[in-house]
Amino acid sequence: MKRIRFGYVALAALVTALAVPAAGVSKGSGLPASVGAGEGKLTLIAWEGYTEKQWVAPFEKATGCKVSAKYAGSSNDMFNLMTSGGGGQYDMVSASGDASLRLIYAGALAEVNVGLIPSYKDFFKAFQAPATNTVGGKHYGVSVQFGPNLLLYNTAKEKKPTSWAALYDVKNKGKITIPDNPIQIADAALYLSKTKPALGIKDPYELTKTQLAAAVALLKQQRPLVKKYWGLASDQIDLFKNGGSTLGASWPYQYSQLLAAKAKVGTVIPKEGVTGWLDTWMLSSKAKHPNCAYKWMQYISTPKAQAQQATYYGETPVNKKACAIMDTITKGSCKQFSANAPESYYRSIKFWKTPIADCGNGQKNCTDLKAWTTAWQQVKG
Amino acid sequence: MAVDAARVKEGSPRRGALRSVSRFAWRRPGVKAFGQISAPVAAFLFVYVAALVALLIQGFWTTDSFTGKIIHSWTLDNFRVIANAPYPTIIVRTLVMASAVTITCMVLAFPYAYFMVRIAGRRLRIVLLVATVLPLWVSYLVRVYSWRLILNPDGALNWALNVLGLPDQNIAYTNTAMWVVFTYIWFPFMVLPVYAALERVPYSLIEASADLGGRGSTTLRRVILPLAVPGLAAGSIFTFSLTLGDYIAPSLVGGPGSSLIGTVVYESLGLANNAPFAAAFAMVPLGIMAVYLVVMKRLGAFESL
Repeated sequence: MKRIRFGYVALAALVTALAVPAAGVSKGSGLPASVGAGEGKLTLIAWEGYTEKQWVAPFEKATGCKVSAKYAGSSNDMFNLMTSGGGGQYDMVSASGDASLRLIYAGALAEVNVGLIPSYKDFFKAFQAPATNTVGGKHYGVSVQFGPNLLLYNTAKEKKPTSWAALYDVKNKGKITIPDNPIQIADAALYLSKTKPALGIKDPYELTKTQLAAAVALLKQQRPLVKKYWGLASDQIDLFKNGGSTLGASWPYQYSQLLAAKAKVGTVIPKEGVTGWLDTWMLSSKAKHPNCAYKWMQYISTPKAQAQQATYYGETPVNKKACAIMDTITKGSCKQFSANAPESYYRSIKFWKTPIADCGNGQKNCTDLKAWTTAWQQVKG
Repeated sequence: MAVDAARVKEGSPRRGALRSVSRFAWRRPGVKAFGQISAPVAAFLFVYVAALVALLIQGFWTTDSFTGKIIHSWTLDNFRVIANAPYPTIIVRTLVMASAVTITCMVLAFPYAYFMVRIAGRRLRIVLLVATVLPLWVSYLVRVYSWRLILNPDGALNWALNVLGLPDQNIAYTNTAMWVVFTYIWFPFMVLPVYAALERVPYSLIEASADLGGRGSTTLRRVILPLAVPGLAAGSIFTFSLTLGDYIAPSLVGGPGSSLIGTVVYESLGLANNAPFAAAFAMVPLGIMAVYLVVMKRLGAFESL
């Protein structure tokens, strides 16, 4: 019996050994050394606006990989689609930082060989191995686009603020709009890390119980000043247009929309720094079309595709060569979205990261997203 | 009529398997009853009750803080968390909101329905009934958003107030706005059962009351209102339970401090991926509604549904 079983195993091993190089991408422990022929298909979970025809059609034509995308409504949607039901239906997901670590820890993602992505070397250094998609030196995808969370203000009614303190100032009661998302706690933590160093906050996403309590206390003070915790970007745009709100935590998207509507608004990067979001095309550990997935990562990180997506969506590309092309699409868009900023600016942005119990320093006493959500519900009351 | 039709059909006897089954069922009424009721009961058990039981069970589980996956070990932690701030406040706020909306709908719907039944002519009654139901043909979201346009600081309401020389209101994104919007949205659900109840009050009763010396207000209080109670109670089941579970209106027209039970369930599920806590919290409105329905049954609400 034993001998026969060994025979089967040896045979299976031999077949696998022969099949793997043929497939081009090995599914075992090792990383693929080259990208083979495409499988003719690629299934994606994406944010709406991330798989537009203008850059997907050339990809399909060049590679023969037919793209079918499912739009996710939230980070949590993405997480559920990738983990429940096996996740085998989807090859890749354009996960934001508040989902990416959860996906990695849930074992839903495969390590990516960034050596196979030619444009990778053109990425700003800050986006080559950011903490949102790289754990212990292993990459789980390629960064795509990002945006900072800015301080938005009405230039006609407010003096230019220089600090997030404007959003905690009693004088501004009833003028403030804040995103309705537990990850907003990080903004308070970032502010506290500068104004109350005694708390010892180093990373706004790695908070101990005491640090979280301090952030919650600050946000509770802010609540009576808040006009609206907005769920949709359009909520905030409305409130800034009709004069209900003159100060708020916001995204570049709202700013460009308001400018287009001729509203008198400006944005500031306050002196305490900003948080931001960074999206990554991540590879499923059960991807059925890994070659097409690699081809997609190669394509979507090229300067042209980066520039098209950035100008379409209103976000910043991670490829530094995209800037010139952005300006040919929409004049001034490179500067508007800071696609040519110095490396230090990108380094200063604290990108969204799923809060998890592991503090990253070997200690496991940090508060997780569950605790953050409860805390956020306490803040909103 | 129906009996006649059946008799005509009896002339053509059924054949084969179907006939023998039908003969068998006719001889054994128990089997017949089982055959008739088993399909709907099975559907009820599997679709409705099973879903609720699954929910109840999930409420006793928890999630892993690293992977977010559900851990299937029994714990009462979720229910303990509900007892802590801010959840009791949110539950009380939801109850107050649901009660306020229900009472407002009652106060508005009763005279409206009474007018339709007793005063309005046939044509006007139809117009009013259609006008009541008309908003239900429009998407819920459109109706909520239209109220945002009305209540905004630059909105229609302030414009109208300014034309009349009155000062601006500032209720956009407050609990007051939520109360107004809920009342508007659930109003038809109150009007229709009250209308049905009032229509069933025979005019002879009102005449009898007058003959016995009852004045208008006495007749209203002692004859019409008691007979309308089942309708009001039936309507209140709708307005109360719909407010209890809603999370869209709070997020769109509510402000800070406007979270309701529905908001917490939605956020636990939609943001934190904490299905067990959402399930445990969903037990709260379930419990509230159970108590509410028992009270309403006492008031005869189910006679008017």
